[in-house]
Amino acid sequence: MIFKQSSSRFSWNEFLIETLIRASGFSAIFFVALIFIFLVREGAPAFWEVSLHNLFGTRWYPIFDIYGTLPLILGSVVVTVGAVAIALPLGLATAIYIGEIAPRWVREILKPLIEVLAGIPSVVLGFLGMIAVAPLVRRYLGMPTGLTAFTGAVMLAYMALPTIISVAEDAIDAVPKAYRDGAYALGATHWQTIWRVVLPAARSGIIIAVMLGIGRAIGETMAVMMVTGNAARMPLEWNAFFRPVRTMTATIAAEMGEVAQGSTHYHVLFAVGLILFAITFIINAVASIVIIRGGPRRGGRLMG
Amino acid sequence: MSRQTSQKIAFALLTAAAVVVVVPIVLVIIYITIQGIGAINWEFLTAMPRNGMREGGILPAIVGTVVLTFGTAIVSIPLAIGAAIYLAEYARDTWLTRLIRLAIINLAGIPSVVYGLFGLGFFVLFLHLGTSLIAGSLTLGLMTLPIVISTAEEAIISVPQSFRVVSISLGGTRWQTIRHQVLPQALPGILTGIILGLERAAGETAPILFTVAAFYLPRLPRSPFDQSMALPYHLYVISTQVPGMSTEVQYGTALVLLALVLSMNVVAAILRSRFRRKRRW
Repeated sequence: MIFKQSSSRFSWNEFLIETLIRASGFSAIFFVALIFIFLVREGAPAFWEVSLHNLFGTRWYPIFDIYGTLPLILGSVVVTVGAVAIALPLGLATAIYIGEIAPRWVREILKPLIEVLAGIPSVVLGFLGMIAVAPLVRRYLGMPTGLTAFTGAVMLAYMALPTIISVAEDAIDAVPKAYRDGAYALGATHWQTIWRVVLPAARSGIIIAVMLGIGRAIGETMAVMMVTGNAARMPLEWNAFFRPVRTMTATIAAEMGEVAQGSTHYHVLFAVGLILFAITFIINAVASIVIIRGGPRRGGRLMG
Repeated sequence: MSRQTSQKIAFALLTAAAVVVVVPIVLVIIYITIQGIGAINWEFLTAMPRNGMREGGILPAIVGTVVLTFGTAIVSIPLAIGAAIYLAEYARDTWLTRLIRLAIINLAGIPSVVYGLFGLGFFVLFLHLGTSLIAGSLTLGLMTLPIVISTAEEAIISVPQSFRVVSISLGGTRWQTIRHQVLPQALPGILTGIILGLERAAGETAPILFTVAAFYLPRLPRSPFDQSMALPYHLYVISTQVPGMSTEVQYGTALVLLALVLSMNVVAAILRSRFRRKRRW
């Protein structure tokens, strides 16, 4: 509390600036609330304009006033689960490789490259997926089309990888050296130490990595829209993963441009956005509770 | 199987995973460069599109993206830096501060297409800004806030306590200390955050779909209230909506977008490494 008593030189200038700083601090809460309010304002009418039976039905034909969002929700789930199933082992293994095994010079190359991956616009990946990856999928899997949930999951996996790798690596990094030393002292090999000591100790961080990866994957729009074939159908067959699907995000992006403001279709698309908002909100809220609880913050502040 | 053998197998698998992650990244960049470089020439970069975008250049899309990125910067930089200063220097560990952090993490997690919906509902329709550069900049600015806030906060926190203590012991006020000691030291870190945020904004498509983007508008925007073409949306349009488009033009557009975004990435990386080297504490 160095600043308990303020100096006698009270300055309006300073007061004004500090007020602005406080206001911008609180603005984050304001914006989340504002986004939520507007999604509800525009999306809520869907729930009385369309019967719940229709709204959560299995068919999506907006032209005929059939607004079953279930195929879209399941489409998002299928693509996201596929993406995480691919990205989790790859991302975790890469994080372990970078954090534990890689020589310094390899690490210096890998980390910027992964940042580059995080920077590639999703529309560029979607374009490549359409034009280069989908034909490969069609040829090697013998499907009538290469635009499938699987193709989308592969693209999404790469888009979620930077998040998963960086969060998991931080978690591995944060495991105290004493844990490792203890394992080595007991005669464990490097791998035994990683597998039995480091990973269990980094567990909560790894869970956060998975959750943020899921959040990233379920909200991705352009790449998914361009490579999944956009067929709004229930993905229930055994080979649904290798057939076209349509996600919630792709539906909003593809159809919002063409609906009349205030129409039922418009409200339903906002309602789909509200569902997406709710899903990512829950994922992030749970993850952030784990983060905020996790350990004291580094020092540096002056007051309070 | 001996412990050494299982270690060898495990490490081989881990290395293989890293290769599977990294090699496609390099391939993507090389592939787009090779396929797209043929389309790049002076006309492509400086002319208006002609013949339903099949010929001519992509100038309005480039200009649109640059203007949008500047607009995003104007919206998000002051707010984000203010919020970062607040969190790093003013906020105590109360439930309110935790709520702010929760809000920032959630802002970061909101899907880009939901930002697009919000931008449409709030800026375009409710505030009557119309489909315009200003509505798009506001939407993108909001989306980049959490990225800039968290990087800037890191940078401010990492300025050592001694800088503050000295300033205050010399009679500096709290704001003078922040303004003249903390911020200059944290500047490179803050800049890195700003560039990373803008990089994200420049490459995004979903938030501008319903807030700015014009399908085909072969002229430069005239005012902040004008619609505009933008590179990411243009790439989407010419790769999915325009039949008979030459793949070279598509790859060329992808290459320009990639080069724009990745050059920002490189600037951020250089700034960060210089920051680390120059650090005097």
